[in-house]
Amino acid sequence: MTAPTDLTLAEARAALAAKRISARELAEAHLAAIEKLKDLNAFITVTPERALADAAAADARIAKGEARPLDGIPLAIKDLFCTTGIRSTAASRILGNFVPPYESTVSAKLWAAGAVCLGKTNLDEFAMGSSNTTSAFGNVVNPWRRRGDNRDLVPGGSSGGSAAAVAARLCLGATATDTGGSIRQPAAFTGTVGIKPTYGRCSRWGIVAFASSLDQAGPIARTVRDAAILLREMSGHDPKDSTSADVAVPDFEAALGQGVKGLRIGVPKEYRLDGMVPEIEALWQQGIAWLKEAGATIHDISLPHTRYALPTYYIVAPAEASSNLARYDGVRYGLRVEEGGDLDDLYEATRGAGFGAEVRRRILIGTYVLSAGYYDAYYLKAQKVRALIQRDFDEAYKIVDAILTPATPSSAFAIGEKQDDPVTMYLNDVFTVPANLAGLPGISVPAGLDASGLPLGLQVLGRAFDEETVFRVAAAIEAAAGFDALPQLRAA
Amino acid sequence: MTYTLEGRTGAWEIVCGLEIHAQVISKAKLFSGAATAFGAAPNTQVSFVDAAFPGMLPVINRECVAQAIRTGLGLNAEINLWSRFDRKNYFYADLPAGYQISQYQHPIVGKGEIVIDLADGTQRTIGITRLHLEQDAGKSLHDQHPTKSYIDLNRAGVALMEIVSEPDIRSPEEAGAYVAKLRQILRYLGTCDGNMEEGSLRADVNVSVRKPGEMYRTRCEVKNVNSIRFVMQAIEAEARRQIEVWESGGEVQQETRLFDPNRGVTRPMRSKEHAHDYRYFPDPDLLPLELDPDWVAELKAHLPELPDAKAARFQRDYGLSAYDARVLVAEQATADYYESVAKGRDPKQAANWVMGDLFAALNRTGRGIADSPVSAASLGRLLDLIADDTISGRIAKQVFEEMVDTGADPAAIVEAKGLRQVKDAGAIDAAVAQVLAANADKVAEYKAGKDKLFGFFVGQVMKAMAGKGNPALVNEALKKALG
Repeated sequence: MTAPTDLTLAEARAALAAKRISARELAEAHLAAIEKLKDLNAFITVTPERALADAAAADARIAKGEARPLDGIPLAIKDLFCTTGIRSTAASRILGNFVPPYESTVSAKLWAAGAVCLGKTNLDEFAMGSSNTTSAFGNVVNPWRRRGDNRDLVPGGSSGGSAAAVAARLCLGATATDTGGSIRQPAAFTGTVGIKPTYGRCSRWGIVAFASSLDQAGPIARTVRDAAILLREMSGHDPKDSTSADVAVPDFEAALGQGVKGLRIGVPKEYRLDGMVPEIEALWQQGIAWLKEAGATIHDISLPHTRYALPTYYIVAPAEASSNLARYDGVRYGLRVEEGGDLDDLYEATRGAGFGAEVRRRILIGTYVLSAGYYDAYYLKAQKVRALIQRDFDEAYKIVDAILTPATPSSAFAIGEKQDDPVTMYLNDVFTVPANLAGLPGISVPAGLDASGLPLGLQVLGRAFDEETVFRVAAAIEAAAGFDALPQLRAA
Repeated sequence: MTYTLEGRTGAWEIVCGLEIHAQVISKAKLFSGAATAFGAAPNTQVSFVDAAFPGMLPVINRECVAQAIRTGLGLNAEINLWSRFDRKNYFYADLPAGYQISQYQHPIVGKGEIVIDLADGTQRTIGITRLHLEQDAGKSLHDQHPTKSYIDLNRAGVALMEIVSEPDIRSPEEAGAYVAKLRQILRYLGTCDGNMEEGSLRADVNVSVRKPGEMYRTRCEVKNVNSIRFVMQAIEAEARRQIEVWESGGEVQQETRLFDPNRGVTRPMRSKEHAHDYRYFPDPDLLPLELDPDWVAELKAHLPELPDAKAARFQRDYGLSAYDARVLVAEQATADYYESVAKGRDPKQAANWVMGDLFAALNRTGRGIADSPVSAASLGRLLDLIADDTISGRIAKQVFEEMVDTGADPAAIVEAKGLRQVKDAGAIDAAVAQVLAANADKVAEYKAGKDKLFGFFVGQVMKAMAGKGNPALVNEALKKALG
């Protein structure tokens, strides 16, 4: 029999329903895996007692024939989601030992659906990073290694802990958030599936804010089907989030079987970067061929403002972050560093000690672009460009139903690589950022390995609130790719 | 007649505009469900949103929006069907999020106006520039501990309307009249209780001076003035200071100042108190505020009658003087009281009773119209007793005092005390005969031509009848008896 940790979420669901495995066995197997692979540093907080209690409750419901959609499914929660009674850190020193007295809407929905809480996963501090090296709790190690090379690689970021935990089989799925690629880039780096749904699909209530107009929760899982199952449970209108959309949540899983025959797939020429790694280009062409074979039609499209997306993002996101992070001031909760002096001294000591270098850098950038005399040149201009980028997509979706691009410009890199210059690091998000600026859904699907044996992902973008088409295209790629490579570091 | 201040170099005019912060009457805060009642124990009306806990999000309170629209309509202002909330960023211990949610570029209410009433009976129109919604901050208490400041977040997140006037105000009196009129309108609308002592209404005063006929000179802002009297004093003090600066060859610097009511002067705020770059930008947690025109129309349809319209109607329908009408509409409760007394009765008599005996009684007992010892219905029944000749006007005054003291019904007092007017001719004639007999000398004088003694006889007869004689019948009987 397959080890419990090697089951997909859908397989585990079937096994639980058939009583071939209990929620308790699943939880115990995953807790053991977390313990065994703790050097990955994927978790900031593990909650074994909670997991076993959740599992017992799930087993009781299953026994009574009252199973809920996710009953007994062990999940990990990115530590950006506030969880009642469980320390929630955003991977920052400044939150200290903050234990929220409330549960984020998304995690609350998962628990209500019967999921089992394994713990809270590591991330870049306040979700700011593409390598999971800015966490105050240390970097996360990618379960994948280059062939013949034992160096630790980054899992991507900011949802690096969630991606690593899913890839290494420490959980059946995990929540994540995506502000500029923080779900899709780590999914691509770890051979997992990650979807950022349409802005407004999932409530942001109870998720520590990074950049409010871009942040969106989504799942990371091992298959497209698993991601579809999780997203359905995470989605839905929330009156506590004014930007949450009051639209019906479809059965995403049901869409998977519909195939891509007759779908029009756009290939944007602006995503073909100068000096792009040939393997990425080759993978992209392979993806185009797969979709053609599956019955889709391929169309060259243009998204002319793509090259402004990254600079626009690095104005809008820090601007919002500089304001969102002002609340961490040492006055009401979290870290407080008192070295005498007045209120300003309290702020300086607390925030100086509490925030890491990358967070401080972005607060400074954000403060600068909003300041008197620079607002028009930076923030206002960026808002205008953002509108143009949205319009590019509107035009494209008059011609096509979905867009296919690479997920990342490279495979996972080693810890320490690309860290001399923040701009090089920011380039990781070049393919993912436009979807955040336009509020559109995007998925990353593992599609192959590079020459060194590391996973590479393809990205599918869709229309607003049309995650169903995104899942259909992703499922076709998944089926064609037959991606079955396994990371070197994994449970069982 | 322009108000001016005399300087060494001649007359100076004042140019003044006011920014009023009016706390919105609503059960819950602008973006959270926490309660808003004044006077609760510190930090007992604070939600996680108000305290800016991680991941908390604002959700607009529909009632606060309705209140702002009502106020805009009451100021004859444009209602902007599309407005937006911005963040005003600054650090302070009583501002939990590190920003205040406000409306910077796109306020919910645009241009309007207020007609103010001046002491000489004239009126002036003062322009309203805009009204916008914003959150209040919490309160810092610096005097509770030798080295610490205490923070009370009960007020944090409470809805405020900032109402900005045009620089149309030209004297302290006009400023006082403006605040009074605005407060009156807000109270009529039920959108702000206007209580300046509790801080529900606070004024920032912008003042500059100029020689007659000049363009505007540099202005200063005097912040947080919390009574009408202080507003008037602050304007004069700041204007005199600026005149002194200009006249001694200096130049007024644009700055923010505070008024010290004890010393009657303004002083600059410490630079730290205002050296902010607020870095306004649209709040990404909130969608733009889009109003349904039908909803605005519905709010408009349910707007109460406002003081100016009511005063005009009182003059027209009740034949009151402009002065009486204005006094009676000063407060909605007074106007309502008056109308229920006047309804179906002599409206001028009703006005005299309300403005005379009732106001005096309220003054004496230290009570307001809302908890008046004499209800409008009661006073009405008293006037009915006068009208149907049950009692005389004079006895009515006596009954009224009894009503103030005991709260009893006038008819019951009249019965219990036997105050019913005597109309019986026999009783009156007997009293007349008795008085004339007892004052034979005065009768002789009267008959010799001292006509004004007639009043003396009336008084004596009334006294003999314990005030209960019907005055007309007494007069008649006396005239007859005296030939």
